Amino acid sequence: MPVKIYLPTPLRQYADGHDIVEVEARTVGEALQNLASKFTGLRKQIFTETGGVRSFVNIFVNDEDIRHLQGQETVLKEGDTIYIIPSIAGGSYD
Amino acid sequence: MVKGRGVVSLVGNTPMVRLSRLERPNGPKIYAKLEMLNPGGSVKDRPAVYMILDGVRRGLLTREKTILDATSGNTGVAYSMVAASLGYRVKMVVPANASRLKVAKMLSLGAEIVFTDPLEGMDGAIKKAVEIYESDPDMYFYPDQYSNPMNPRAHYETTGPEIMAQTGGRITHLIAGVGTSGTLAGTSQYLRERLPSVRIVEVQPEGEFHGIEGLKNMNGGMRPSLYREQIGDQLIRIPTEEAEETARKLLLKEGIPAGTSSGAALAAALRLSVDLDSGLIVVILPDGLQVGGEGVKRVRP
Ligand SMILES: Cc1ncc(COP(=O)(O)O)c(C=O)c1O
Repeated sequence: MPVKIYLPTPLRQYADGHDIVEVEARTVGEALQNLASKFTGLRKQIFTETGGVRSFVNIFVNDEDIRHLQGQETVLKEGDTIYIIPSIAGGSYD
Repeated sequence: MVKGRGVVSLVGNTPMVRLSRLERPNGPKIYAKLEMLNPGGSVKDRPAVYMILDGVRRGLLTREKTILDATSGNTGVAYSMVAASLGYRVKMVVPANASRLKVAKMLSLGAEIVFTDPLEGMDGAIKKAVEIYESDPDMYFYPDQYSNPMNPRAHYETTGPEIMAQTGGRITHLIAGVGTSGTLAGTSQYLRERLPSVRIVEVQPEGEFHGIEGLKNMNGGMRPSLYREQIGDQLIRIPTEEAEETARKLLLKEGIPAGTSSGAALAAALRLSVDLDSGLIVVILPDGLQVGGEGVKRVRP
């Protein structure tokens, strides 16, 4: 289903200046992968070499951090919105 | 010894410690300036005191006014602390992804907080602060840490002389990250005037998208008007992961609890030390480990 992904200012340059990108996806992981395939410059900004989300990158579905849901396996519902937000709280280890 | 002027008189005069366990054998010495030991927990106590006292002296900050500024956290804690001790109100504009611990500290010190869109980062908070100020200029004292000359002045008059004295003038390299750039600008100006051969190393996050609180990649977004290119003799860019890893190393090998921007500055020092056979590197560690927020590592059985 179509979901919207909101990008923070410093990532917009890698997405032709868009602040919101719409992708088709069933899970958060799929949505992020599709985003990174559409705009390849985003891949190394968001993901580690092993495919995890970088330590300081927080992914929210609506108001929830996916670390408190099922991570990249989190299933999306109609109308869900994904936010990519850098942590300025000193990273995250979980 | 009892200090008489309240918390303001406790700012500065932070200790310096040698990081022998992180030095390379037959390499330069590495000394760390422990700014997390300021009463507010960061280097930003210094400029906050200077900017507020300057506002009072110049009649810009009066009893009816509220201190207003944009902050990623530390300056807000510092303003809130100084304002509490001197009896002023504070309104801080903070991106909603700021450190929870620092937000909690500001609130407990009596600050009012206006949160801005985390997608817009610090630039969004700065724009909002300007908007609030312009909506009612008589109600606010807006020091603007990004342009206020009292910010570097604080470091010219305190951090610089402390480092000079603590190293007995033997410092060869100064390393610090830049956010407003006040720390590096003021400290380096003082040291260069006295030690013309001292090398200044500026540290920025690698990439505009990063997670190093307090630091700014100067290629993107709004540049602080205080910032000057070529502020350092050398610029080192550090990825967030390397900063986090180095902060962890500092914690586990030296027992020093420091924040990610400290990790970035120290990472630059470790890179630099590879090319040096001698010398005395001073690294400024701006704040402490963030525990109590989401940066807490869960211990697994
Ligand atoms: C944690 C941290 N590190 C580094 C800095 C950068 O210091 P300056 O603004 O003096 O460049 C700041 C400034 O807010 C900070 O909060």
